[in-house]
Amino acid sequence: MSNGYFVGWRTFQIDYFYFFKISRHNTLIYISIDCLIAIRDLVKRYDNLTAVDRLNLDIHENEVFGLLGSNGAGKTTTIHMLATLLKPTSGTATVNGFDIVTQSAKVRGSVGIVFQAPSSDDMLTGYENLKLHSWLYSVPRQVREKRIAEVLDLVGLTERKSDQVKKYSGGMRRRLEIARGLIHKPKVIFLDEPTLGLDPSSRESMWKYIERLVKEEKITIILTTHYMEEADMLCDRIGIIDRGKIIALDTPSKLKGMMGGDIVKLKLVEKKRPNTDMLKNFSFVHKIENISDDGLLVLSVDNASRNLPIILKYIDAESVEYTIPTLNDVFLRSTGRNIKEEAEGGFMEKYARYEQK
Amino acid sequence: MLNKVVDTMIIEANLGRLYALWLREFKVFLRERSRLIASTFTPVLWLFVIGSGFGSTHPSTGVDYQKFIFPGIVSMSVIFSSVFFGSYIIWDRKFDFLKSVMVAPVSRDTVFIGKTLGGMTTSLVQAAILLAIGMAIGINLNVLSLIQTIAVVLLLSFALTSVGLAIGSYIESLEGFQLIISFVVFPLFFLSAALFPLKNLPGWLFFLTAIDPATYAVDALRNAIIGTSIHSFALDVGVLAAFTIAFAIFGSYSFRRMKAV
Ligand SMILES: Nc1ncnc2c1ncn2[C@@H]1O[C@H](COP(=O)(O)OP(=O)(O)OP(=O)(O)O)[C@@H](O)[C@H]1O
Ligand SMILES: [Mg+2]
Repeated sequence: MSNGYFVGWRTFQIDYFYFFKISRHNTLIYISIDCLIAIRDLVKRYDNLTAVDRLNLDIHENEVFGLLGSNGAGKTTTIHMLATLLKPTSGTATVNGFDIVTQSAKVRGSVGIVFQAPSSDDMLTGYENLKLHSWLYSVPRQVREKRIAEVLDLVGLTERKSDQVKKYSGGMRRRLEIARGLIHKPKVIFLDEPTLGLDPSSRESMWKYIERLVKEEKITIILTTHYMEEADMLCDRIGIIDRGKIIALDTPSKLKGMMGGDIVKLKLVEKKRPNTDMLKNFSFVHKIENISDDGLLVLSVDNASRNLPIILKYIDAESVEYTIPTLNDVFLRSTGRNIKEEAEGGFMEKYARYEQK
Repeated sequence: MLNKVVDTMIIEANLGRLYALWLREFKVFLRERSRLIASTFTPVLWLFVIGSGFGSTHPSTGVDYQKFIFPGIVSMSVIFSSVFFGSYIIWDRKFDFLKSVMVAPVSRDTVFIGKTLGGMTTSLVQAAILLAIGMAIGINLNVLSLIQTIAVVLLLSFALTSVGLAIGSYIESLEGFQLIISFVVFPLFFLSAALFPLKNLPGWLFFLTAIDPATYAVDALRNAIIGTSIHSFALDVGVLAAFTIAFAIFGSYSFRRMKAV
């Protein structure tokens, strides 16, 4: 069953969660969802600013979903609404089958969240913070210690568990937050900019922890970021969010594919027209162009790094050059702006606050 | 049958949450030594400087002035520590700790009660230190007066931690703290008759003392500790309890309507 909209009645299937809604035309729209999170027309308005603007999104079980957007795009607002910390102005969403507006306590019990800024208690040790939350989430007594040990190990903090959090580095704090978010074995975890304010090497190690998390815990991850390479590297699917709206949604490679694939430029050995008929037979070749007299052949292909050797079997080239479209190109094309051009005000402010702690 | 089992499970879970929240407050309190030392030092200073400064036997009470203000000093420490403790919620919010608690499946009331339990514990520890000092300067306590003292300290602390939490839930910035000190803590303390007897006051002052819940705590403590009071112990405790209930309701209401982010 797909996650589409079906108009009219269908028989119930127990293993899927169903979502009902009366449409504007008074017909019952019956939406079947084989996904963990279903966001429907979600809106959050602050005074005269619409932070989240009629958002619709389905997130499947066990996927890593990335919300990619610049400062102020509405990522945090969306996550706060999904975690029931913020009431939507209108619209709703279901998380693990619970409605975020009417069943907020149940939603909270089944999700974990790592906030943009660390939120553990500085005066307590890492272990004590985890213990506190294991009580808050009513982790059964018999498994409590085991679970705490598990999550500590997962984020590599076992050795520092008895240190007060104020003695932790920024990266360690982040990891502790992740451990805390996992303490009750949630089905979904939200990571709001998990690598914000980390130096390149801690960022890379954070990526490793997140990948490990994907492998070891059966969990759906929704992460927000404004780093292209982060989204590209970690996520199964990416939604690009801008001014509260999803403006592009797909797998990283398909998003990049939207740009027409990788561009390969070959400088031919002989300046005569090469025989390109063979290339046309490959499905990875989209376009062959610019067969100009100065001996330049330009191809548009999928996965240039892998397919280049094949191309070179048929074409004698003196030199080769290829460019891979980045998510930034996608962002640029969808918004007309560069993701890095955004005012960094919000980010720096949050970063400063992060440092301060 | 199953309902019963589920009910007990829910109660157990909530008790566990309360315990965890309380334990966090207590641990932080023990670790923040400077806070503990500072908040014990001030009342002691008052006790010895003001208490000895006025020195002589007070004409209207017939008790040594230092002993006379001792119950007032105990309530002073409770007033300060409780209101401050409650308004520390501003910090919890500022540093996002509160957000991490509120995103857990914990009701606002549970968080509220956990906080008040923490405030009561803090006040009790400080009162205990003062009582020990009191014994050293010749205050006599028997079992009954000790129990009475503890009860009053707990009630007053519950009431005022609620007030602190309520105010803290409305105030967003740490600057608001100064306002709380000037407009809540000091009036509560000065109008409680902690430093003067309740007799022969001008009408306006008498009225103000009458609407200050701490007045009844001071009077009850005087009754328990030095045996002089205006009202009966039962009346004082009754009025104090009424205030406490009202403040607790107000506090938990404010806490419930507070925004999570
Ligand atoms: N409490 C608030 N009151 C008014 N406006 C708000 C509030 N919180 C957020 N906003 C606005 O809503 C918009 C979306 O904010 P949000 O925090 O969701 O962005 P974000 O995508 O998480 O950005 P960042 O990358 O900086 O974290 C911004 O324009 C922000 O100024
Ligand atoms: Mg954000």
